[in-house]
Amino acid sequence: MPATITPNKTEQERKRRVEDHDNGSGRRPPTDKRTGGGGDNDNWNDRPHGRRGPYERLHRYRMGIFFALASDLMFFVAIVSTFFVNQSTGHFDAYNHYVNEWLPTTIPPILWLNTAVLLLSSATMEIARRNMFRETDVMDEWLGLGKPITRRALPWLSATIALGLLFLAGQWTAWRQLAVQHIFFKTNQSSHFFYLITGVHAIHLFLGIAALVAAFTGLYVSRQLENRQILVDGAAWYWHAMGILWLFLFALLAFFQ
Amino acid sequence: MTPRSNTRQNTRTDQTRALSPKLYSLLFTTDHRIIGIQYLILALVSVIIGTLLSLLMRVHLVWPDWPLPLHGPILPEDYLALVTIHGTIMLFFVLTTAPQAGFGNLILPAQIGARSMAFPTLNAASFWLTAAALLILLGSPFVPGGAAISGWTAYPPLSAIPSAGPGQALGMDLWLVSIALFAIASTASSINTLTTIIRNRCDGMTWERLPLTVWGWFTAALLSIIAFSVLLAAILLLLCDRHGGTSFFLPTGDLVNGVLHHGGNGSPLLWLHLFWFFGHPEVYIAILPGMGLTSMLLANFSHRRVFAYRTMIATTLLIGFLGILLWGHHMFVAGLNPFASSAFSISTMAIALPAAAKVLSWFATTWRSRPSYKTPMLFALGFVSLFITGGLTGPILAQPILDEYLHNTFFVIAHFHLIMAMAGIFGLYAATYYWFPLITATRTRPGRLMSEPLGRLHFWTTLIGAYAVFLPMHLTGLAGEPRHYAQLTGIPGPGGYLSPTGALLAHTISFNHFITYAAIFLAAAQLPFLLNLARSLRKGEPSSDNPWHATTLEWHPALNPFPPSSASDTPEISAYRSPCQYQSTQSGFTFQPQWIPNPVDQVEIKEATSAKPE
Repeated sequence: MPATITPNKTEQERKRRVEDHDNGSGRRPPTDKRTGGGGDNDNWNDRPHGRRGPYERLHRYRMGIFFALASDLMFFVAIVSTFFVNQSTGHFDAYNHYVNEWLPTTIPPILWLNTAVLLLSSATMEIARRNMFRETDVMDEWLGLGKPITRRALPWLSATIALGLLFLAGQWTAWRQLAVQHIFFKTNQSSHFFYLITGVHAIHLFLGIAALVAAFTGLYVSRQLENRQILVDGAAWYWHAMGILWLFLFALLAFFQ
Repeated sequence: MTPRSNTRQNTRTDQTRALSPKLYSLLFTTDHRIIGIQYLILALVSVIIGTLLSLLMRVHLVWPDWPLPLHGPILPEDYLALVTIHGTIMLFFVLTTAPQAGFGNLILPAQIGARSMAFPTLNAASFWLTAAALLILLGSPFVPGGAAISGWTAYPPLSAIPSAGPGQALGMDLWLVSIALFAIASTASSINTLTTIIRNRCDGMTWERLPLTVWGWFTAALLSIIAFSVLLAAILLLLCDRHGGTSFFLPTGDLVNGVLHHGGNGSPLLWLHLFWFFGHPEVYIAILPGMGLTSMLLANFSHRRVFAYRTMIATTLLIGFLGILLWGHHMFVAGLNPFASSAFSISTMAIALPAAAKVLSWFATTWRSRPSYKTPMLFALGFVSLFITGGLTGPILAQPILDEYLHNTFFVIAHFHLIMAMAGIFGLYAATYYWFPLITATRTRPGRLMSEPLGRLHFWTTLIGAYAVFLPMHLTGLAGEPRHYAQLTGIPGPGGYLSPTGALLAHTISFNHFITYAAIFLAAAQLPFLLNLARSLRKGEPSSDNPWHATTLEWHPALNPFPPSSASDTPEISAYRSPCQYQSTQSGFTFQPQWIPNPVDQVEIKEATSAKPE
């Protein structure tokens, strides 16, 4: 008989409640599928509220968005660290003096206003998002009493879209103001970063507005409550993340140049 | 069944009309298994192209005058383009795509007892982005100026200036766009993988019971999330430098090809930091699934439990974590602060600890176990062998002082080809031979096995070929043979001292001839595999339900053959124990797959449920 190095009993004993159809597999909230929640022999009796039933798909999508945002965060981390490195990089001139030619870009004051607009839009978005999950309204829809959720969330969502567009217009104005002062993308090291950071963030917001419009259309078109919740919720988390990110980027451009 | 046979009859009456929607639905499917196979086909095409390119490089190194048919003599820029496209294709489109996205789609959901991935549409979109990236890359040699010549690392300032040389204009742009698309696709596919593993596990599939392959995929996906977006940012900055007039990576006073750059104080070193922050995790993305698979295969064919299962989970995560902390060891000669070099050197050597723990576990799992040496097992053992051989040179290259000498020599080539390329490919071969019955199983007939004699021939010739190619490279590297040099002999002009008469590298010429012959042998050794693949697809030996006595869920009778997504009468799937529950007995061994319930439990449950409360 060959020598066996590994122990036979590697798993801990698990407590199980036989009366509750616990087959001893160990319990873990899975997902899916045809049951509308839980999935393969999901045990509905013993799950934390948020993990079972109707919210399963919502939470899956939310998790996907969070991973995407984590990846996006690394994108901005890379750009911001480039900012700090380039800011402190200089060169030696002909007389062996170390020269750092970093000329900070003075930010156009309208950015303060834009920031306020973006914060406000995050607030309206959050109100819209919360309106998607009001239990009495969900119950009403479930009973077939119209679409109260859509009715409540639509104005706030529209307000968010308007504020988002206003923010983008404000950013455009800021770029125009800088251009009037002859500060362009290629002018100097600091302006590279000003335009790069605001520009990349604006592209992200543009995608965010696309998501908001998709959610807006979904609120009209989709008859399934779950789809509407997922659309608004996903757009909201993306929107909030872009708002928080802007606060950091704005602080960077305003105070750390 | 009925709609399917209807379609078939329609095809007979009106072939073109019925065929194209079928093809369309097959191409743009959201079925994760078909997407997995699409990824594998993409990787197979890529690996064939990449291998042919590497043969051209080897041939050119020893017979520089040989003219390539339809092309003419291989110029130095052609050689560099070969290097670039070979490296890019192999690393991105083979070693990242096939294990992580290919087998990750094909096998991962079944191994966690799920019937689908979390985001099927996103999954299909990432495949088509990857395919677009490959097409753009393969198109880049045919644009004016030719393909990019900067290697897969594309260091500025040369890569930042379109006029820097041949291939640095449109070819470089296409390369950057291709890799940017690939980065987006990989990130999306990793989001899918992570969400699937976290949320779609079946009942009872706790984290500790996840097969080590799934842990490999999980860690690699985490690394992708972190690394690829940094690469994307770097590519964006580089494109700005090339076309936006910025100078993120361009130092002032930089004179390239007669053009003086006087912009801001950019730093080429910055690209190195950003690139290798991506680049080093990338090599772990390529190898971690193979490491997980090796653990599982060794246990499977040795009929043992995986030695120190939880430690193996921990080392997988630790390798991933350390993998993002040691990018600086690629930059020892790039003008890094010496203190930073020391720090990166230490973190690099630290990764030897979890890697050694893995090797010890592989040894302990197989030690005196009298395994059955089937082809997948042979390739798993080959993986261990190549991983050790390639890994031993890692701590050597991790010394900044030694790396001063060895950097950019063939020693480095030998190191990473053994540990990443060859070991990675061996992992892929093991996976192919092992899971072939699952890939070929359809609802009407069981899967097929690949031919064992051909597989054994393939294994031994590939193993010998791999060592024959890459072991001598250590010696030529130690002798000082540099990489990225198109020609070592017969160089006209002042560079001619490298020629045999100049005698600097004369004593490595015979080695180089040997390496080239060995490379041709190694490439030819893959023909049995292709033959085996083509033959077994059509008339391979039918396999039983669980031909390898495996314990993981992908061999669950309800998942083999895999049920269609519309099936409603599928039995429930649960995991009752951790994988690899083998027990040796006097007469052989017994095993408990993850999906078989404990008999005692079942009796108890029956008793408890049948006794109704009064």
